[in-house]
Formats: sequence, structure tokens, C-alpha cells
Amino acid sequence: MDLIWDGLGEAVRIIQSGDFSVWEIAVRSIVVSGSATGISLLFGILVGSLIAFNQFPGRNLAFSLVNTGMGLPPVVVGLIVAIMLWRSGPFGEFRLIYSPTAMVIAQTVICAPIVTGFTAAALRNLHPRLRSQLYGLGASRLQMLRLVLWEAKLPLLAAVMAGFGGAISEVGASQMVGGNVAGDTRVMTTAIMLEVQRGEFAAAIALSIILLALIFVVNLILTTVQQQERRS
Amino acid sequence: MSQAKLSLRDVRVRRGRSELVNVPHLDVLEGEVLVIIGPNGAGKSILLETLALLQKPTAGRVLFEGEPVDGRQLRLRRRMAVVFQESAMLRRSLVDNVAMGMRLRGVPRSLRRERARHWMERFGIAHLAHRSALTVSGGEAQRANLARAFAVEPEVIMLDEPFSALDQPTRDDLLEDLSAALRETGVTTIFVTHDRAEALRLGDRLAVLMGGVVRQMGTAAEVFAAPVDEEVAAFVGVENIVGGRVRSLANGLATLDLGGAAVESVASSLEAGAEVLACLRPEDVVIEPGGGDSHPTSARNHLHGSVTRITPLGGQVRVAVDCGFPLVALITKQSLEDLRLKVGDEAVACFKASAVHLIPRRR
Repeated sequence: MDLIWDGLGEAVRIIQSGDFSVWEIAVRSIVVSGSATGISLLFGILVGSLIAFNQFPGRNLAFSLVNTGMGLPPVVVGLIVAIMLWRSGPFGEFRLIYSPTAMVIAQTVICAPIVTGFTAAALRNLHPRLRSQLYGLGASRLQMLRLVLWEAKLPLLAAVMAGFGGAISEVGASQMVGGNVAGDTRVMTTAIMLEVQRGEFAAAIALSIILLALIFVVNLILTTVQQQERRS
Repeated sequence: MSQAKLSLRDVRVRRGRSELVNVPHLDVLEGEVLVIIGPNGAGKSILLETLALLQKPTAGRVLFEGEPVDGRQLRLRRRMAVVFQESAMLRRSLVDNVAMGMRLRGVPRSLRRERARHWMERFGIAHLAHRSALTVSGGEAQRANLARAFAVEPEVIMLDEPFSALDQPTRDDLLEDLSAALRETGVTTIFVTHDRAEALRLGDRLAVLMGGVVRQMGTAAEVFAAPVDEEVAAFVGVENIVGGRVRSLANGLATLDLGGAAVESVASSLEAGAEVLACLRPEDVVIEPGGGDSHPTSARNHLHGSVTRITPLGGQVRVAVDCGFPLVALITKQSLEDLRLKVGDEAVACFKASAVHLIPRRR
């Protein structure tokens, strides 16, 4: 129990001291996971609308694949992405291993199925006649898609929250493809791991509290937007 | 003679192995109200979606004003409007929903507002303009659905069972408003329904669709008075369909043998001995009490029998009489009380020879 109180005290001390390295790590976490979520959203809308709106052979298989993807173990993703990006790997010439870009790639692989699954479910929950009705009113394909996505914006925000949560909280993939290089690829989760390995539990708890606060603030913002939309 | 606005030529729609629609030739004439009527699962909606260019036929061509539609579907879709059974409103105000079709077509904002207001007033929902479309009743949403279709001032309006999810009073009101709007605008209309009353009320012409095939096409009066075959007859609501044989013919009047009873019917182009189906609407049958002296009437047929069943049906009563064959009459409750009819009573069923419609039986 003392450990937690020590951690809390340490967290307060870090926040008060304005420790530059901690804020730098926090910002990197948000940038890396935010980028992965953004890319995943584009991918999720594209693939999610394809499998939600079209009848094709293998549609159920596609749904199952996406749902499986929603539970991908980050360590496994990290391993595979690392093998791809190693100097000797198929994409080695791009020299991406141990870079923030590599971490964005790995987190996108984790995050995209989550966003896609939520998006497909959200679109499938719309009124089944909505698309025909919009076409019947003279919508082009693009106009239809825009209106339908706008209509599903509340569950799409939930998709963003779930995807961002999955990305910012994973540690295995970031560790493996990023390498936890101080000042370059160290993010909150890998920093926490390192402190634990060093036996600096108070520091680890302090970082954990900051990470939780970070996730909370991001979700608070998204939820507020969502609730305002719901009311309007 | 009006020109064809929309036409189908050799159109087939298949899904998997089953053929859902097979229409070799169909013209929707400029300015007419064409009702596509048929039982559930007849392929009505798919036929409508094909005409609305929402569904590509597996084979055949769709023509708009005589020209193939290929490559200009979007442009042509914007000259038409479709109203579905369910209103599928967007999470916006009702007026935004009504204006949506115009917005998609790039109608300027001021004109949008003016036309939306006009049509919302016409359909009695102007007071709900700023309510969320998801909080209005089914009837109100369907009014908005109609308003948004008329607001785009389409050249063709297509309605797919627009009232079937509504209760009867709402349906009657809406039918009245729709009928007035169609008359006033003179827009070419395709109206899909399984409801005979709606078809009679709105249709200039009827296409009876069964199993994806247009079985009969004609004015409402033609189809209802002279269905081409047994299935169409059963569907358009002729309850008495009795198989029999032509006994003799004289002066345009046929004497039929229906289950042993002699029935006279107006007939043309039939031969003695021919097998026929005699169709008779229950509302054309008059019931008189049995046993009493029958006074002379212009009805050629007076069949004696006994009442086998009495079924209340709204304000009316179905009375089944066994006259050698079962015959159903539709009479008012008041008449039933005046006649003091009970099951087992003797009764006389009367009907005119001209009320009987004969369908030659296919062998």
C-alpha cells in the first residue's frame, strides 16, 4: 500500500516539477497513438463500409477476420512488424526499425481492426433502408457515404475511443519495434516497463497515473463531443 | 396517346438461381398513375427499384423517354423520387429531412426552404418543422417522406407501399392527401401496393404482378371486373370462384351448370360445353329470406340454399349460403338483423347475370 502512496507522491512531484522528459514522453505517446488511430479511422471507414454495405461471398469470413483482429496480441504484432522492418527484412531498406514511424505502423495494425469492427457494426445498425432512401432522393455514391457516416458519427466516436485506448495502452509492440530509445521512441508504457525492471516502483506508478489521466482526458473530450451531438 | 416516360424491355432480375422479375414489356405513360399490385413476394419492390434505377436488371433494358438509361443513371435518378414504406429519416430536424432531396440536387437554400415549407404545409406537418425527425410518429414521418419526394418536383414519383406500416385512419387521411397532390401536380406515378382499396383509389392503370410476371394490365375497372385468370381473380378479391360448364347459350346469355345449380350469366365468345370459372363478388349478391314469396326483380338468378356460416367483418357480415356450391354474400349488419338470419336457415341468393364474370378454364 505504501508503494501506491509513494507513487502518488512521486506523481505529484513530477507534475509540479514540470519534468521535461516525462512531458516529452507523454506527448510522444499521444502523437504516436493519435496518428495510428487517425490512419486506422480512414482504413476502418473504407473497409468497414465495404463489408457492412456489400453482399459478397466471404462476407462472414471478412467479419470474422476483423473480429479476430480486434483481439490481436500486441507482442505478436510487434514481432511480425519488427521482422518486416529489420535491416534484413523485406522492408529493411526503409530503415524504419526503432523509429516512431515503426511504432505508428505497429499500433495501426493493432488499432485498425478495432476501429473497423466498430465502424462496420455502427453502419450495420443504421436503418436498413437509409442507403436506398438516399439514392432514391438523388444522392450520388459520395453524397450517400458522407451522409451515412455523419449519421453514424456517435458510434464512430466510440470506435475512435476504443481504437485510441487499444493503441496507447499497448506495450509489447512499441517495445519491440521502437526499442524504448530515450528521447526518440520512449512512450509512457515502455517507460513504465523500464522503471519496473529497474525496481523504481514509485516512478512506475507515477507514470501509470499520468498515463491513466491522459487516457481519461482524451476520452472525456470525445465523450463530451458525443453527448453534445446526441442532445442536438 | 401519351408517350412512355419509363419502359422496360425484356427485363429479368435474378438473384442466385431464382428469377425474381421477368417483364418482357412495360410502359409507364407520361402523367399516369400506374399501380403495381400483387401479393407479398411477387417481386413488386424489385420491379420498382429497377424502374427507379436503384437496381440493375440481370438482363434487358430500362428506357427513359425511349432512350436507354445506361451511363446517366445519376442524372435520371435526380429527375425522379422514391418513397419507401419505412421513412428512414436522418438524425436531423424534420424540415432538414424534407429539404434533403433538394440539397442533394444542389437546389439553392432559399428555394429549398420555400418548397420544403410549401410541401410540409400540404401534408399537414408544418408545425413539426423543427422537431427532430426521429421523435415524430410513424404517420408524421411518412407525411415528411411524401413531402420530401414532392419537394424535389420530380418528373416521376415512385411509392413502394407507403402506407402499409400505418394504422387505418392515418392511412385514409394520407391517401386523401396523396391523391390530391398527385392530381394537382400531374406527375407520372408508379405506386406499389398489395392493397386493393388503394389501387382502386389511385390507379389509372393496374399491373397485376404475380411471381415476378405481369399477369394482367388494364384500367382498374377492367382488372377488377374481368380478371384474366383464377389467381388474379382470387387476388383482386372475387371471393366466389366456382368451376362449372356452359349448358347452353342464347341471346348473349349463358346458362351454366355450377355444382348442379343453373346460373345465368352474360357471356360472349363461349361455346356450349366449355368449362369455365364463374367469378362473383360477394357485394353483388343479395340475400332474401327463404320460404316467403319472392317478388320479381331484374336479377336473373335466384338460388335457394341454406345458410352455413355467418362471419362479422367490420360493419358488414359475410353470409355463406350452400346453393349446390358455396356462395358468399356481403351484407350489412342491419340487413342481417332485419332478416333475422341464423345458421341453418333457408335463404335465397340473388344476383344479376351481368355480375357473373366468366373465365374460360385452361386445360
